[in-house]
Amino acid sequence: MNPSPPPRSVKEQLEDIPGTYVFSKERARLGLHLNLFFSSLLKPENREEFKRDEAAYLAKFPLTAEHRRCVLERDWTGMLQLGANIYHMSKLGGTDQRTFQYLAGCMAHMSQEDYRQMMMAGGRPLEGNRSKSDSTPQP
Amino acid sequence: MAKIIAGIGTSHVPAIGVAMDTGITEQPYWKPLFDGYGPVRQWLDEVKPDVVILAYNDHCVALSPDTVPTFAIGVGDELLPADEGWGPRPVPVVKNDPELAWHLAESLINDEFDLTIMQQLQVDHGLTVPLSITCGQPEAWPFKVIPIEVNVVLYPQPSGKRCYALGQAIRRAVEAYDQDLKVVVFGTGGMSHQIHGERSGLINREWDTAFLDDLTANPQRLVNLTHVDYMRDAGAEGIEMIMWLIMRGALNDDIKEVYRHYHIPVSNTAAGLIVLENQ
Repeated sequence: MNPSPPPRSVKEQLEDIPGTYVFSKERARLGLHLNLFFSSLLKPENREEFKRDEAAYLAKFPLTAEHRRCVLERDWTGMLQLGANIYHMSKLGGTDQRTFQYLAGCMAHMSQEDYRQMMMAGGRPLEGNRSKSDSTPQP
Repeated sequence: MAKIIAGIGTSHVPAIGVAMDTGITEQPYWKPLFDGYGPVRQWLDEVKPDVVILAYNDHCVALSPDTVPTFAIGVGDELLPADEGWGPRPVPVVKNDPELAWHLAESLINDEFDLTIMQQLQVDHGLTVPLSITCGQPEAWPFKVIPIEVNVVLYPQPSGKRCYALGQAIRRAVEAYDQDLKVVVFGTGGMSHQIHGERSGLINREWDTAFLDDLTANPQRLVNLTHVDYMRDAGAEGIEMIMWLIMRGALNDDIKEVYRHYHIPVSNTAAGLIVLENQ
């Protein structure tokens, strides 16, 4: 008889949720300066300065080249992978005058209309989206 | 003596505030949601609480990435609506009850709940949207509001069990306050939703229904839910529902559900509302 597998740690269980980047200690460390950049956009004068010259404004923050690329290209999922927190990141979305639903559609790789239709039909189901072993996220 | 008479659980989706602020609540997308808010506004208007203790989370507005208190209490005289990146909401300034708030801070900390004390706190949609949902658009909010801010953003968040115990400590503190005040406790956030990553848009009606049912029928089941349970089954941001357990813990064991409203979708979210009266 095979021994039963050891219980999985909380971290392993959280990382097993598909299509999800739990804002953990690892991501909080990786993304500190990225999140401080987002946070700076809460001030209207900073939003204006950023919009005038995005790269110059970003140069004020000790970010990696990959962080900068993701911001300039609005690679929302890339930012999450590099430690962005969704609520901090939404300040960049707000600066762009984008809604949360727009950002969610981008991250889900769906057109805004398809995403909206999915939500109107009751949202994304848990079935097939509960564990990475289930499959990739399903609409 | 101050007395907690009831609890309200409600979502605090920012788009609900935007819909009210821009006057589109009669549009077909919004009408079914807002139609369900009438009865709670009427109930609150009849009950007329003096003070609301409101558990919510700041969405990285008042609190920078530098500092993440697990629990905080706002004790300043006024709570100004914050600029969340597109200007502050056009809603009244929120008035605190600083005497009761300081009493709560002292009582809770002496009761081993080590809250961060905030003398200045700007409040985002997490606090103002529940007021809009339950009061509409008055010129001034009809009660004072004491904010209890909870980290639901950075893992490790407090456990649901700890939130429930904090609610119980809030009840002890309120009952030890020597002014005659009627208090209602709000737990806000949720219900099931995920707003980041490829799994964005996750909704779990079955989970939400069982959660609403068990606030009355089996609160102990909810107290024992883990971080993984919430984030996996109710969406990563569904963990906001731990804040409803602060409200539930502040109520008696014996409660009566007097109103419920549930609607899918609001933006990315399943919106829920429940009113629970102490028996």
